[in-house]
Amino acid sequence: MIEARGLTRRYGNKVAVDDLSFSVRPGRVTGFLGPNGAGKSTTMRMILGLDRPTSGTVRVNGQAYHELDQPLRRIGALLDAKWVHPNRSARAHLRWLARTNRLPDRRVDEVLEAVGLAAVANRPAGGFSLGMSQRLGIATALLGDPEILMFDEPVNGLDPEGIRWIRGFMRDLAAQGRTVFVSSHLLSEMAQTAEDLVVIGRGKLISQCTTAEFIDNASESLVRVRTPQAEELRAALARADAEVRVEVETGALLVSGVTTQLVGEVAAAGGVVLHELAVERASLEQAFMRLTDDAVEYQTTALPAPELVTAGR
Amino acid sequence: MTLLAVERIKLFSTRSPWWCVVVAVGLTVGFTALMSGFANEQGTVTVGFTQFSYQFGLMVLMVMAVLAVTTEYRFGTIRTTFQTAPNRAAVLTAKALLVAVLAGVVALAAAFLSFWVSDLLATNSDLSLSGADAWRNVAGTGLVAFLAAVLSVAVGILLRQSAAAVTVVLVWPLLVEGLVSLIPRIGQDIQSWMPFVAAHHFLFGGQPDSAEAAMMMGMSDVPYGPWAGIAYFGAISVGLFVVAVITASRRDA
Repeated sequence: MIEARGLTRRYGNKVAVDDLSFSVRPGRVTGFLGPNGAGKSTTMRMILGLDRPTSGTVRVNGQAYHELDQPLRRIGALLDAKWVHPNRSARAHLRWLARTNRLPDRRVDEVLEAVGLAAVANRPAGGFSLGMSQRLGIATALLGDPEILMFDEPVNGLDPEGIRWIRGFMRDLAAQGRTVFVSSHLLSEMAQTAEDLVVIGRGKLISQCTTAEFIDNASESLVRVRTPQAEELRAALARADAEVRVEVETGALLVSGVTTQLVGEVAAAGGVVLHELAVERASLEQAFMRLTDDAVEYQTTALPAPELVTAGR
Repeated sequence: MTLLAVERIKLFSTRSPWWCVVVAVGLTVGFTALMSGFANEQGTVTVGFTQFSYQFGLMVLMVMAVLAVTTEYRFGTIRTTFQTAPNRAAVLTAKALLVAVLAGVVALAAAFLSFWVSDLLATNSDLSLSGADAWRNVAGTGLVAFLAAVLSVAVGILLRQSAAAVTVVLVWPLLVEGLVSLIPRIGQDIQSWMPFVAAHHFLFGGQPDSAEAAMMMGMSDVPYGPWAGIAYFGAISVGLFVVAVITASRRDA
């Protein structure tokens, strides 16, 4: 259980985290979603007592982080896989961490085994690939066998095999009854792993709900239809109160506010031939962007067109 | 105790501290051997003479102490450390204590090796460790190195960057404290209250060759005794360390 109440962090004039309140429940994977620069990492550092909140509190199992005795046994975290001395071996890195919380040395070998690094345990961590570093970071988080696990963008920069492994791993951890709190800037990634979502933008809470609710609310269901009888179908759908747009490049119809069943039935009733009938999944990211649109930290603006200077006149 | 054990694992599971130890002893003893070997003919080798090169080892040990902290900031392991042990004051004190004990023991070993090597080489001089002043000079280097390491750890915590912190701990004792005496009228007074001048006075003050030792530092007479000197040096080291710990506990990791 992680509980934030009115959590706020300012850096000078800039507000990184703004009056953020949320809770993370046990036995589930909770996604922490927001665009880059939304304040996810700052919030996670405050949970771990690394950064000091300007105001507000965050509690882990009802206690402030610095009150926890042997915190590795309560909450394990991977914030940055590169927080390792490059000349220290993976085993030596885990050994000193284990010693801080009086964990037995054999626990080091157990977690190395669990993340598949046993074979390279004595190699310096500086030579590890991103995927291996990420596995070492996860081993670090697992070391104290904690009830709460926290990962900051764990799949960033990983290959598909690594991504698949991490997703499965997080689901397993939640299935064991642990609290898993994982951040990402991709809704599609969260849709795969998280049951609950805490969505933030510009440091403010946008929504806290289940992933299914968030997707339902956020994305208009868009059905894509290709047919040689576009005009007839369009008229028939309009009678069924569906909103229809035409995709300019392909001439396909994009129907919103309806299910594929309805479109199929309308088409059959009108004797219209269909070449394609599909739900547009891409709208997931679009929906997320629409929700966090005002909340994007680094917005792009169109560059002004260069003024042409004609020489020789 | 746990934290000390942790810091011991951290320090010795990388190679640079080992190199620093070897270089510190090698430089000190090697330079002493050269000095004593070539001074043998004149027969002027004294106890103080065998200890002049303590500064070589001291500088290397101070760099080691700085790096023990700044590499943790450089590689982000300080955050992992504070995450596993949220009491930052305890963590930093354990680290300073461990590094300081190591520096003290190494400096002590280098000092006695220097004396022994000189005893072997300077056959024309009558070297013996007799009297409190001689013992203070040789064994005192351990105490000076211990306190200098605490000071260096403090500088490392405050500046967090290797280059900046190493520059400070080298330039301060080697240049600033020597050159400050060039300021007209007040320079010499200021210099006698410089921390490393005080530590130097603790080692060589009251020795038969104290004038020679003072000349090496480019320093003038100081208005306090040797033990007051080390107390002053210790107060500055510990004081700076306390400031560093308070700073580190308040700011973001």
